[in-house]
Amino acid sequence: MKKIEAIIQPFKLEEVKEALKAIGIDGMTITEVRGHGRQKGHKEVYRGQEYQVDLLPKVKVEMVVGDGRLEEVASALAAAARTGKIGDGKIFVYDVAEAIRIRNDERGDAAL
Amino acid sequence: MRIAKYLSIAYALAAMTAAAQDAAAGKLAALESSVSAAQTSGDNAWMLVCTALVLMMTGPGLALFYGGLVRKKNILATMMQSFIMMALASILWAVAGYSLAFGEGSAFIGDLRYLMLKGVGGDPNGDYAGTIPQQTFMMFQMMFAIITPALITGAFAERMKFSAMLLFMTLWSLLVYYPMAHMVWGKGGLLNAFLGGSIPSFDFAGGTVVHITSGVSALICALYMGKRLGYPSEPIKPHSLVLSTIGACLLWVGWFGFNAGSALGAGSLASSAFVATHLGASAAVIGWLVMEWIQMGKPSVLGGISGAVAGLVVITPAAGFVTPGSALIMGFLGGAVCYFMVVKVKHKFGYDDSLDAFGVHGAGGTLGAILTGVFATNSVNSALKDASGNPAALGLIDGNGGQILNQLIGAAIAWGLAIVGTLIILKVCDMALGLRVSADEETDGLDLSQHGEEGYNLEA
Repeated sequence: MKKIEAIIQPFKLEEVKEALKAIGIDGMTITEVRGHGRQKGHKEVYRGQEYQVDLLPKVKVEMVVGDGRLEEVASALAAAARTGKIGDGKIFVYDVAEAIRIRNDERGDAAL
Repeated sequence: MRIAKYLSIAYALAAMTAAAQDAAAGKLAALESSVSAAQTSGDNAWMLVCTALVLMMTGPGLALFYGGLVRKKNILATMMQSFIMMALASILWAVAGYSLAFGEGSAFIGDLRYLMLKGVGGDPNGDYAGTIPQQTFMMFQMMFAIITPALITGAFAERMKFSAMLLFMTLWSLLVYYPMAHMVWGKGGLLNAFLGGSIPSFDFAGGTVVHITSGVSALICALYMGKRLGYPSEPIKPHSLVLSTIGACLLWVGWFGFNAGSALGAGSLASSAFVATHLGASAAVIGWLVMEWIQMGKPSVLGGISGAVAGLVVITPAAGFVTPGSALIMGFLGGAVCYFMVVKVKHKFGYDDSLDAFGVHGAGGTLGAILTGVFATNSVNSALKDASGNPAALGLIDGNGGQILNQLIGAAIAWGLAIVGTLIILKVCDMALGLRVSADEETDGLDLSQHGEEGYNLEA
């Protein structure tokens, strides 16, 4: 099993959800996060006082898939989240040791 | 016999004519009294609406404007500082404030004739407003006594103890506001241009009484209490300019009650003040934004709404004395000057006038007082007569350049009273209760530390 963790632009969340649904991914967890990569931040000015805002709002999407589906899911996610501009975000992939469904103790791929 | 008959007819005719005359006189009197009753009703209706409009400026107007400008951990405490004045200042006004401001006392303070509103009822007080019940006049003026101290809270936002603020506001009303209101508006007041003041100074709706006193006191508070923790090295941003924009718009609308209501009747002077008020605000928005766009590269929403308030402040003393064209000039200058005060001067000197109560109200009020001496004209307001009974020359454009000096003296007295009064009061409050919350409490936010609540419980 692999965990896919994607940091994306908040306004791309709906498209990403639709794309994943279209290839049969039912479960995911999303978190509103703040951060930046190479994009850096922007400047805000209030009554002449300047503020450098480094950490921009992003959405983190997390899901766990079977090993065989990794490429398909990662490609669909990247395609849906892409605008081609700096700030589109990143996808990280981790190995997952075990998955347990709390309701009935199912293990492994059956729990996904 | 015939002569007697003629005589009796003549008598009868004379009697009938006299009766007719009596009847006509009676009708005339009835007509006069119904006309004056109609004027009283009309004026009273307008003034009651204005009174409510001025209250709306404090809550929700100022509460939202200031509330949006602070960080979200301080929104409730900041709104409370305005809201509580709606209760505290009202009670003080009823107990002694109205009497000390509008009782005919000395040149500096009123007497105690209206203590606990004794004798303030449905009959008009001819010295101030002859066509409305004195109760209406008293309530209208009460709303000014509420918003004036509330304006100061912008200077010490996010760091003052609630208890100390209550004591400060009580003493400030007694020592600064009531004397200043009496000097400018009270019968026999030193600066009252219409009721026997020795230095006639024009202040239609409160440029000196409201804005200079509150704005200058705000500066003293900011200097005395010191900066907020982290200012200016850490980012302290407004948490919701949405709230501030709504608040500023409510202030703008409420200001029609403040300025046009200061005509104290529903006649043409109210219309004229209404026009000047609106155009002053409009021009100031443009004045501020032009400066900002040129200097900062972007016209900000915060700049626009700050400009509106600045323009309303500047036009306040002049509203009932100036033409629409003069109002445009005053507003534009007000927007540009207050921009300069808030964006340049404050940062140069480094004081933390957190929400710019001084930069907008102190600076704008002073500019407005001076410009009133320039632009006031008897073509707009002919209430003041010269020795031969003709409308007196008012400002510089009427050829009365000396009025600018009177305006400067009025402004200087307001500055002096605000500085001395506020310093004494701060010292007293500091010794009695301590002014600032502890560093921990300030970090946690005043909502939690002063009131045990949070403004936004989004997960609730």
